Amino acid sequence: MLDKRMTAAEIVAQLSDGMTLGIGGWGPRRKPMALVREILRSDLKDLTIVAYGGADVGMLCAAGKVKKLVFAFVSLDAIPLEPWFRKAREAGQIEVMELDEGMFQWGLKAAAFGVPFLPTRVGLGTDLAALGGLKTVTSPYADGETLIAMPALKLDAALLHVNRSDWRGNVQLFGPDVYYDEWFAKAAAKTFVSCEELVDRMEDHYPDTAQANIFERCFVTGVVEMPCGAHPSSMPPAYGWDMKAFKAYADAAKDPGDWAAVADRFVGKSEADYLNSFGGKEAVAALPLPIF
Amino acid sequence: MTDITLAELCIFAASEAFRNNGEIVATGVGPVPRLAASLAKLTHTPELMMTDGEAYLVEQPVPLGPRGDYKPKFAGYLPFSRFFDSAVWSGRRHAMVTPTQIDRFGQINLSQLGGTHQQPKTQMLGVRGFPGNTIYHPNSFFFPAHTTRVFVEAEVDMVSGVGYNPAKRVPGGNYSGVDLRCIVTNLCVMDFGGTNNAIRVVSLHPGVTFDEVQAATGFPLEKGPLTETALPDAEALAIIAQLDPHNIRASVIKDNPPAIRAN
Repeated sequence: MLDKRMTAAEIVAQLSDGMTLGIGGWGPRRKPMALVREILRSDLKDLTIVAYGGADVGMLCAAGKVKKLVFAFVSLDAIPLEPWFRKAREAGQIEVMELDEGMFQWGLKAAAFGVPFLPTRVGLGTDLAALGGLKTVTSPYADGETLIAMPALKLDAALLHVNRSDWRGNVQLFGPDVYYDEWFAKAAAKTFVSCEELVDRMEDHYPDTAQANIFERCFVTGVVEMPCGAHPSSMPPAYGWDMKAFKAYADAAKDPGDWAAVADRFVGKSEADYLNSFGGKEAVAALPLPIF
Repeated sequence: MTDITLAELCIFAASEAFRNNGEIVATGVGPVPRLAASLAKLTHTPELMMTDGEAYLVEQPVPLGPRGDYKPKFAGYLPFSRFFDSAVWSGRRHAMVTPTQIDRFGQINLSQLGGTHQQPKTQMLGVRGFPGNTIYHPNSFFFPAHTTRVFVEAEVDMVSGVGYNPAKRVPGGNYSGVDLRCIVTNLCVMDFGGTNNAIRVVSLHPGVTFDEVQAATGFPLEKGPLTETALPDAEALAIIAQLDPHNIRASVIKDNPPAIRAN
């Protein structure tokens, strides 16, 4: 179907218990938080989450949605240790597969190319291989080098937040860095995209920025317009991260330390309620871009 | 020059790690390493490449913190989405970082402390890019508090970065890229120039003794030349001040002590 418009609830209805979900973005940047919040409002459970983690991972762990996490880090940058992820780990609540950042994208690429693994030196000499059950392969050529076989990170679905899309899934991504969103899209059986701005036909509105179409629409299954959908993570050039909101979220991990007691504040009954509680679209649009 | 701080001495000493590194990406994570890499580029090693801390390459290192009217000038582009292809897996990078633990083999840990991998006592960041960094390109380290909690007696709790531990080396692997260079701490400068890449003390900061460093280290250290770490010169101090206008470096080492201890 060429018209890929869906509601957030319809997207979540496409997901099921036990699925492996990839979440795009990086730490506190470019996270599809509105879709994550929609998952948090649902009964979905036993998920395997594959992410360069930020509050997406922290919230899903806190809400008990995560069976297994595939990660290289979980961090909010200025708050280096993601407090809710930390709680879940220290309680022994989740299974993990810990990877190097580069191996992680290598695994997405293996999935995208449909091969069972891609070879790499990364992981040799560390505890990763033993802890993650990673196997080695020997080069069949004269060098005979032993390499780690990084398994394909096949995703049942990927969730991404992009700057623009049309209803056919022609996306445009801006900002200084789009991280590995392209490879999440290609590693997934289905990719669902929320966007800051939805237009009818991209070529009628933004033909001059077609180079920002970093993955093609054949990799997009569903599209939903969700302005401010990355909040509290950053979505350059539209808005920066909301460090005040992250701070409140981090503080809540200590006091009261109980997700059920604070979930309403950080998830909301609906996306409109959620945004209103943080000052609405105007307040989000006014968040300055971070300084590095 | 009695008002030189220990942090400034460390920045100056750490900048030496990048001397004559060539056309590679110098990455300093944290204020002291970042200022060190920037200082190296602005003084002895202009060929170094560097990012703005986000995604763009700059030829003029970007100052720390809020910048007022200063706008970084972008000369190139190196986002995370091409970082492994261009910088890490090509070996064209030297990173200076601060792990939570390091052991006698130079193995480092940023992932977890205590407990098990299923249930760590303390969960930290995760291994991040350490496994790839350490097998592919040079790495150096900065520690603002040299203690036996950092320089651990046994092996690190979770080996996140490759060191020179023969027992960890899977036979047939290519470890030719493992290149641990330099360790700068609040007490001394060390390298991996000892027997079988053992850690040795190269220089002691003014007023620090070898015995004091050894007492703060969980494993036996070898002795290098044991010179006194050089104080930064006026040019270096001016550049450091310009790159760190908010004096963030003052918050790095506890109580921001002077470079020369008051006795």
